[in-house]
Amino acid sequence: MEFFIISMLNGVSYGLLLFMMSAGLTLIFSMMGVINFAHASFYMLGAYVGYSLTDLVGFWPALILAPLVVGGLGALFELLSLRKVHKFGHVPELLVTFGLSFIILELVQLIWGRAAVAFLPPDVLRGPAFTLVSQSGQPLQFFLGAVAREICTGAGVICSPFPATRTFMMLLALLMLFSLWLLLTRTRIGLVIQAALTHPETVESLGHNVPRVFMLVFAAGTGLAGLAGVIGGSTFVTEPNMALALGSIIFVVVVVGGMGSLPGAFLASLLIGIIQTFAVGIDQSLLTLMQALGLQLSEAMLNNAVLKLTVSQVAPILPYLFLVLILIFRPRGLLGAREG
Amino acid sequence: MSTTLNPSKSFNTGRWVVWSLFTLVLAVAPVIFDSNLSITMLAQMGIAIIACLSYNILLGQGGMLSFGHAVYTGLGSYMAIHALNAVSDGHLPLPVSLIPLVGGLAGLFFAVLFGYVTTKKAGTTFAMITLGMAELVFAMSLMFTAFFGGEAGISGNRVVGDPFLGISYGPAKQVYYLIAFYTLVCVALMFAFTRTPLGRILNAVRDNPERVEFIGYNTQKVRYLAFMIAGFFAGIAGGLATLNFEIVTAEVVGAARSGGYLLFTFLGGATFFFGPIIGGVLMVLAFVLFSEFTKAWLLYLGLIFVLMVMYAPGGIASLIMMNVRVAAYGRLRELLGSYLGLLSTGLVMLLGFSALIEMGYHLQLNSAMGDTLSYLGITLNTREASSWLGVLAVAGVGLGLFEWARRGFAEKWARVQGGIEKIIKQRETR
Repeated sequence: MEFFIISMLNGVSYGLLLFMMSAGLTLIFSMMGVINFAHASFYMLGAYVGYSLTDLVGFWPALILAPLVVGGLGALFELLSLRKVHKFGHVPELLVTFGLSFIILELVQLIWGRAAVAFLPPDVLRGPAFTLVSQSGQPLQFFLGAVAREICTGAGVICSPFPATRTFMMLLALLMLFSLWLLLTRTRIGLVIQAALTHPETVESLGHNVPRVFMLVFAAGTGLAGLAGVIGGSTFVTEPNMALALGSIIFVVVVVGGMGSLPGAFLASLLIGIIQTFAVGIDQSLLTLMQALGLQLSEAMLNNAVLKLTVSQVAPILPYLFLVLILIFRPRGLLGAREG
Repeated sequence: MSTTLNPSKSFNTGRWVVWSLFTLVLAVAPVIFDSNLSITMLAQMGIAIIACLSYNILLGQGGMLSFGHAVYTGLGSYMAIHALNAVSDGHLPLPVSLIPLVGGLAGLFFAVLFGYVTTKKAGTTFAMITLGMAELVFAMSLMFTAFFGGEAGISGNRVVGDPFLGISYGPAKQVYYLIAFYTLVCVALMFAFTRTPLGRILNAVRDNPERVEFIGYNTQKVRYLAFMIAGFFAGIAGGLATLNFEIVTAEVVGAARSGGYLLFTFLGGATFFFGPIIGGVLMVLAFVLFSEFTKAWLLYLGLIFVLMVMYAPGGIASLIMMNVRVAAYGRLRELLGSYLGLLSTGLVMLLGFSALIEMGYHLQLNSAMGDTLSYLGITLNTREASSWLGVLAVAGVGLGLFEWARRGFAEKWARVQGGIEKIIKQRETR
């Protein structure tokens, strides 16, 4: 039971982190029709800038400043490079962000080195947010914060702490989701953005500066990735490989959710986050399943490489398998609007 | 757009000249560059040329931006090494010269399998799906160690069976000539493909898929067919790589390899048939030689790539062809001065910025080896402000001068192009 609860929460928090990234990606895609290949690189940049700013001004100011810095850099890139490529079509736009991902990776290694940096969350967020204590024969107990060591060392007692950083990650992602929704549906600039998505010419003729709206959206998207980077970097590990590790997953998320669909991205982020987290924790294989069903297995089958694979070993490829299945059975994605 | 030659009769002699020259270059290259290093590099270039050209069937001719081309070259390599090992064990009666074809068939098979899913979509979605596929295969390569060999990879031995006419494939030169032969045949076949009805309709699918559907073609099917053909040639490149290196590790299906094909095909020029040939040659030069010169080579590569996408989206091939056109109208002379200006100011700028980058890398990676580094004969101290300021000044002055030269050049270029357009129009009206 506590395995389920903790894994579920872990999955949801990871899914929400994925959504923070894919939200920006989806926003940029639906606006400009371009997938920002360097999106995960901006996430990494956010983590590293957050790390440096934490040393200078502390974690909480850095949490606000780092996304601003990353968003500013994103705006600069849009202004200097992406805008010029726009007239060549979508493929060169994708290519220019692909090239940017190389540059950012190398610059990060140039400035911060090739090894991981020690980016730790502040004291408040260290340690568990709450602990579940399960004792045989008693209902599950819930304690806020950490539990005294004496309780956990007892016989037949299992303590499952849930880290505070992950709780914070969830809260912040939900807050961001809510404010994004407010911004898009309830404010003037949100309405202009929504209109510019579908009818850029009309919006332009009404006197709005559409290229500037594009730049703002790009800055906002990369800023969100930067915010996710500060949180992700302090929760997990800040290293030059982090962009590559997350990058392809968020592309899976946007395709599975349906290109350009924000609710779809939300759903797909959670699904993939939960699936992956659960898979990592399950140490069963097809072989153990068949044995549990009481099947008689031959020697050759016991040594079969495919049957011997445990679910946790397969976990890294599950998102991609999911992608393939979605494309075969529902090519427009979970909540994709139209065939494109 | 994808071909440089007109199908008119007078050009056919030109075509014969070009193909004979290409054959000649392939044949005499190892005689001129006969050191061990250069022969391996030449062999790798042949492989890279096939791989980049097969990639260009997707990117240049079909408008399909794939992030997973290494899947097909890599799986081709794996099947080829397994076939080679089967030959060594005596299970498979196959001459070594045909091993690359095994790779090609494997590439074709996996393109049929995966292409069914990937080519369902075009454009950006296609790109994302190929990326997912590449990740899938790469993750699998670490899971199934029996087939992929895990971290150590799988090695083989190409010198098996009795030598045929004295060819044992022991010496690197013999392998080079095998690769050169395959390169010539594959390049010719891929060029022929661009002239087939399928090749033509593929260009149409790239340019205007909607209209192609209106005239009754299934764009998905066209993409699928092209994908299979690209997979076949990619597999051949992979099979040749197997014979060349005699070892296959998981990185041949990795994302970095796929990215390399994309980068260099684009740099060479995706809009012309011969562009990827330049790209393949550059790829080997960059990976083997340039990476020896500087640790920051990926940074330079990324910068060059971004600038190329921004200012010359047709790659090096289009730059050549534009200048050939200017020369054909006899106006290249007007531009020579500007080119000289661009070159000299560009060099100053490059000197400044590369010194900056090198100093940064030295500070980050080699600071244990002392504070000074020697860059092109100049000693720079990474702990002294004067070095940094000097280098910054060179970079800044270079940038300013280059921008000034570039503006002058852009003006002249526009004038020359305008003049040429005018002549073309006059001819048309006459």
